[in-house]
Amino acid sequence: MSELTLTVLRLGLLALLWLFVLAVVGVLRTDLLGTRVTARRTERQRGRQRRAEPPPEAPAPRRERATLVVVEGSLRGTTLALGQSPVLIGRGADCTLVLDDEYASTRHVRITPAPDGAGWLVEDLQSTNGSYLGRDRLSTPVPFEPGTPLRIGRTVLELRR
Amino acid sequence: MATVLPVYPTTRRNVELVLVVAAVLISCGAWAVVGLTEDGSLPGGLFAHGGGLGALAVVLHLLLRWRAPHADPVLLPVATLLNGMGLVMLHRLDLSEGTSAASRQFIWSALGIAAAGAVVVVLRDHRVLRRYTFTAMVTGLVLLALPLLPVLGKEINGARIWVGIGPLSFQPGEIAKIVLAVFFAGYLVVHRDALSLTGPKVLFLRLPRARDLGPILLAWAVSVGVLVLQRDLGTSLLFFGLFVAVLYVATERVSWIVIGLGLFVAGAVFAATTMSHVRSRVDIWLHPFDADNADSAYQLLQGLYGMASGGLLGTGLDRGRPDIVPFANSDFIYASFGEELGLAGLFALLLLYAVLVERGMRTAIGVRDGFGKLLAAGLAFSVALQVFVVVGGVTRVIPLTGLTTPFLAAGGSSLVSNWIVVALLLRVSDLARRPAAEVRNGPEPGDTGVTQAVRIP
Repeated sequence: MSELTLTVLRLGLLALLWLFVLAVVGVLRTDLLGTRVTARRTERQRGRQRRAEPPPEAPAPRRERATLVVVEGSLRGTTLALGQSPVLIGRGADCTLVLDDEYASTRHVRITPAPDGAGWLVEDLQSTNGSYLGRDRLSTPVPFEPGTPLRIGRTVLELRR
Repeated sequence: MATVLPVYPTTRRNVELVLVVAAVLISCGAWAVVGLTEDGSLPGGLFAHGGGLGALAVVLHLLLRWRAPHADPVLLPVATLLNGMGLVMLHRLDLSEGTSAASRQFIWSALGIAAAGAVVVVLRDHRVLRRYTFTAMVTGLVLLALPLLPVLGKEINGARIWVGIGPLSFQPGEIAKIVLAVFFAGYLVVHRDALSLTGPKVLFLRLPRARDLGPILLAWAVSVGVLVLQRDLGTSLLFFGLFVAVLYVATERVSWIVIGLGLFVAGAVFAATTMSHVRSRVDIWLHPFDADNADSAYQLLQGLYGMASGGLLGTGLDRGRPDIVPFANSDFIYASFGEELGLAGLFALLLLYAVLVERGMRTAIGVRDGFGKLLAAGLAFSVALQVFVVVGGVTRVIPLTGLTTPFLAAGGSSLVSNWIVVALLLRVSDLARRPAAEVRNGPEPGDTGVTQAVRIP
């Protein structure tokens, strides 16, 4: 065995060892789990898209874009853009935001655009454990102000501009 | 409109298979390099040992597919590679020293992997172990005390930690480590509230009540007993460190670590001042280059010189002289690797251990039951502490103690017990990564109650 071959073998073995370590680290990256967002097109949406082709004749009052952020709970870090349509939150599979939270009801709260065009309303859908906006338990639809925590079971949501 | 759902990991069993095969191939490659360097030909035992290790690891992988399909995918490959590299280094040292440690280690590897497979198949749910909390305590203490019995116990190299039946000898302390981890987890998951919620607050520490100090004092007394009666620094340190770590994980209170370290320092000072063999270890650690210590520090110094001559990339397998160091294939196998694979190789090995420990801790975070959390955290921490104590001892960070390097060092009891640790971590991680039962509610309004079918272990 020539000196060169042996050197190549020696360095090759080290390189292989490190490749293995890097491969393992690569596998570990898949463990950094978040949430998967899948687009779900509904009949209504498809219809609206077709209708939206011509320019809207009377532009609705510009609504600020806002996002709903999960700040606590198993879905922490999830964000959801609020648009024109109401958003249903709960454990049921038909909700927009499906919570993985034992203390949430199947359909827990609904967040709807306020009729006056500014802001959003949050409404408790007779959930078992109730919803709390700040410190108050929701009984009627109330305006959802940015920065006020909305607690649903073990999940806390916040509205951000 | 969009749906947002939590993502559960896929099983990744195919990735595991690829990594296992890669680990076996790397080990075979290293074995071949030893032979090529020695006499330019492929060594005879290459296919027997490499193929044997590969077959065993693949069988364990298939058992995982059958019985623990959601188990963590990197634990098995990492353990296989560490075991394989250990075999290579033992084979290489056999060539210099004319021993046959590698073949014996290979038989122990087979036994270890078989034991791991048995654990995965027989133990369907780790929560069963919780029923045997106090059985585990008694078993653990008996195992620790076994070497002290007059006929069974054997004293080898100054430490009375062996049990010998005829030509076979075994270190029951290695198995005691696992059994005691089960006991600590089962005991603390019940008593953690009493240990974490009450007690006076002094400065920034919430101290426990005096009567809650009982368990930690008992653990300390037992570990000091091991130190005095069996003269084994390593097992005593591992045992006490494991208890304090699990206690901290269970209670989340820093005061337990402070108390544990305080007790440890008291014990260490006591041992270093009164017991001659501990004092000489500390002396060797602090002054290895003194002329007075020339004989006693010989092993440590040769290990240090070996690692120094290895440098960054090592001398290459079979091109250094790691066999000069006494016990190069057990206590000082880390120095042997340092000499022949260099710092780059040592760090790769350390990273493999880090991955092993990280997966254990990740399992502890992911699993939903408290017992599983404490068990996984305890087992993972025991591996971490063992690696720290051995590597720290060899590299003169802390005084040298008699613990074995997991998976690498020659020694059957350690190898079998570490494979069982990996099997238990695999079992817990299977539950941690298994997706929660799919919840499908009917569309009826007001249907909020969800009934899930849960399998009772």
